[in-house]
Parts: sequence; C-alpha cells; structure tokens
Amino acid sequence: MKYLYYPGCSLKSTGKPYEESLKAVFSAIKVPLEELHDWNCCGATAYMAVNEVKSFALSARNLALAEKQGEPAENGKVQLIAPCSACYAGTLKTQRYLEENAEIRKRVERGLTAASLSYSGNVQVRHPLDVLMNDIGVERIKEAVKAPLGAKVACYYGCQIVRPYSVFDNQQVPTSLDTLVTALGGTSLDWPMKTRCCGGSLVGTIRDVGLRLNYLILKEAEKRGADLLATTCPLCQFGLECFQHEVNASFKENVRMPVAYFTQLIGLSFGIPEKELGLQRLFVPYKKASIGG
Amino acid sequence: MHPGDESCLCHGNQACVHAANERGIEEGVQMRSPIAKPYSPADKAGVRPALVYETQKVMKFESELNPLFGEQVAQKAHGEKLFACIQCGTCSGTCPVSHYMDYAPRRIIQMVREGFEQEVLTSSTIWLCASCYQCTVDCPKQIKLTDIMYALKQLAIEKHLYPKNFGVPVMAEEFYKQVAKNGRNSEGKLMINIARRTHLFDLLKYSRLGMKLFTTGRMALKEEGVEDKEQLRTLLRSVERT
Repeated sequence: MKYLYYPGCSLKSTGKPYEESLKAVFSAIKVPLEELHDWNCCGATAYMAVNEVKSFALSARNLALAEKQGEPAENGKVQLIAPCSACYAGTLKTQRYLEENAEIRKRVERGLTAASLSYSGNVQVRHPLDVLMNDIGVERIKEAVKAPLGAKVACYYGCQIVRPYSVFDNQQVPTSLDTLVTALGGTSLDWPMKTRCCGGSLVGTIRDVGLRLNYLILKEAEKRGADLLATTCPLCQFGLECFQHEVNASFKENVRMPVAYFTQLIGLSFGIPEKELGLQRLFVPYKKASIGG
Repeated sequence: MHPGDESCLCHGNQACVHAANERGIEEGVQMRSPIAKPYSPADKAGVRPALVYETQKVMKFESELNPLFGEQVAQKAHGEKLFACIQCGTCSGTCPVSHYMDYAPRRIIQMVREGFEQEVLTSSTIWLCASCYQCTVDCPKQIKLTDIMYALKQLAIEKHLYPKNFGVPVMAEEFYKQVAKNGRNSEGKLMINIARRTHLFDLLKYSRLGMKLFTTGRMALKEEGVEDKEQLRTLLRSVERT
C-alpha cells in the first residue's frame, strides 16, 4: 500500500533532519512514500488566531488534493501521513469540524468548489508513529534492528500528537513511543513530562516563558539520567535543541541534551548511515557510540 | 484577630478575606473581587506581580460591563458550552503557563460570562495560551477551552486590542499574511518580519541561531510557495463570505 506524505513547512527547513530520516526509514522497511503534490501550509496555531474558517479551508485544500492523488486503502480511505504535530492536529481538527459543524462545512465546500476542488471525506490522517506501530507493527521493526540503541531515552511526545483528538494513543500517558524505543534496544525512562507543552512558538515571541517551559523538560530529563530526548514534532525539537544554548544562559545551567527525532533513532538502530538521517544537522551532537550503544 | 469576628476560623491570618475586608473598610477602600484588576501594559511582559492577594482599588460598575459578551464569545466559538462551566479550576491547574497569566483560564471564563470584555481582550492570558489542549482534554464539562481562547484571540485582533509590538499577535498576523500570499510559510523570512515589527534588537539576539541554522542547512532564505497560487487565493476569498 502506498502512503501519501504531507511534509508541511517545517520539514522543509528547520525540521529537515526529520524529513530525511523519515524517508530513509520508510525506504529501509520498503514502504513507499509519495509526497502530496502542491501541498500548502496547515495554518498551524497562528492562522487559527486570525481567521478560523480560512484555517479550515487551508487544511481542506490539502485533504482535497490528497483524495485526488492517493489510492484508497482497505478501509476505503486515502492514507495521508502528517509528521509535524501542528499539521497533524490541524488537519484532524479540520476533519472534525467539517463533520460536526454544518455552517463551516457549507463555507469550506463553497470555497473548494470555487477553486475547482472537492473533498468527500475519504482521507485518513496519520502520524508516522501511528503508521509504524499499528500498520507496520513493532515486530517487523524489531526484525530490522541491526545495532540496538542501548541508550536511556526520555520519550517526549509533545502536546498536539495526542491532543485534542487522539486516535492512536492515550491522551494523558501515551506509550507507543516507549514501546518503539524498547524495541529498538533502548531503555525508555519513566518521566512525567511526556506530553507537557514545550511552548511552541512562545520561545520566539514571549521568550522568558518559552525558555522556561523548555528548561523544565530538558532539566527533568537530565535529572533522570537520560542520554537523549526522543521527539515526534519539529517545533518541539526546534525549541528544545536549537534554544538549548539560550536556556542554559538564561538559567545558568549547562545542560547538554541531544534531542533526536524518533525516526533518526529508528534509522540508527537499522544501521542507516548518520548522514542519511540528518544527524550532522543537530546542534547538540548525538553520537551513538559515546553512550555505549 | 480582626475586630468584631471572634468566631472567624482564620485566627487573624492576614490573607483571610474577612480580615482583608475589615482592613479595606478601615482604609476607606472599597474591596472588589480581584478580577476587577485594571489592565496595565507592563503586565504584558508576561510576569505577574509576586503579591497575589493585592487590594483592588479600581471599581468596575455593572453598567460598564458588556452583558452580551459571553453570548458573543460562545457564538464565535461555535456555541461552546461556556455557560456550563462549574468553575472547578481544573483548567487553571493543568495549564502549563497559567502562572504567567494575569488571569488564569478559570477566571477568564467567568470574566467572559460576566462581560469583562475590555479586561479579557487585553489580557496576557489569551496570547500565552500555546494551544496544548491540556485544559480541553481535562475539563470535566468537556468545554473546548482552547477554541474559546482562539475565539478571544480573533476578537482581540479584529478590534486591534493589543500593544503594537507584542510578539504573539504580530507573529500570527505575519504568518497569516505570508500564507495568504504564498500558501506556505518561510520560517527564515517569518522570523525577520516578526523581529522587524517587535524589537529590532531581537535580530541581533537571534543572529547566532540564524547562522547555525543556515550552516546546518536548516534554514533557507528563499520564499516558499505553492504552484497554484490562484487556486489557493480563490479558495480563501470564497470561504470568507458568510
């Protein structure tokens, strides 16, 4: 079965290592990914703050394009993978509002018609973690592991992967990433910050607040002896890693915590070369050997 | 022990509401509930004063409230069950940024219902909400608080009720413009535009970060966009009409 893939803006710039490692991993397990042609921005949290119906229209265009381009899976729905949590939550939310709110549906449908598009609800939005755990299955991943991780990993899910519309994991205490990390030969740490908000773009807008939220997550991971943080979202990764220098300066700390995408960890344990996983692009270097893997 | 109330269980505790009311009357200050705290631009910086139980010296009269505000907000947030709120405070307790807010979420809901339009729309609360949806998930009455916060943000932007160089709404507007024009967001350009409109000095602060992103190939300066811009613009134009 073919999966459509909707990268979103972040995976083409700051989240580039996520895109590289995601593609490398899917190619290693021989699951074809095809990029959604002419996709647009999901609107993220910013668009919703200015104009709600337009933000739904943006996601509806992506859904319409996916329905046209993809082939339906066994359940009759085109499978659209959205790796960025903001794109994932935003597109899911749009689907929910189109289903539940007649007024929004009417306006969005009118817009789609004017733009010579149509969407009849036959797209299923998936997070790659969901696909890997529930379609591919942890057993198949385990078989492909050549170099077990051997690291203590703090699994950080972030907020928008399970909230508000969790479809594949628990909203309060998700476990899929922990199961995955264990299958890769790592140790997943018990810690309370799994779905605690990193502040997202606050780090760039209300800096003090953003830095503090990131600091709480990083320091908790360090205190619990984590070798690295595993993340599923480009915005979390950006705040936690790229602002680590600023966090340390602001709190007079010296935390050095690699923050890697879960797809990079899968790739490493599969024995895929580091360059193909975008590991050289990380600000805080992560060397598997140095942590006893 | 405050005078005239031997039976009070507070045993003279300064934080006791009864005691504070007694003090207020002695000082000639009419006590109000803390929700009448006036908006001050300094609060926008994010940190609220350390003293929580301060005496409220500004009065707000019933006639100054907007009795329709609650209905307006509920409507904008799609008939949200605003009026079903039981004021339990779960939202404020679970919110990761409530300690930075001038009014925590529970209080915002009550202020919306009471008609404190000006105070709500100029509060730091609505901009500190990072849309993590924790309150929405935890609310025992299934109120979609995050969507109410979005409705309040939209109202504040519509009415231009935020300080000129305040980062969050500026970011929202710049992001909005860029996507309306190109269909995609160019992260590098967005950062520069925000800094230009907020604090130019921020550009210097972020120059180290920018350089690092550039050298690791994680930031492109070229403007991203969809191919079919006309289709996107037609779509956005047509959904706007009600």
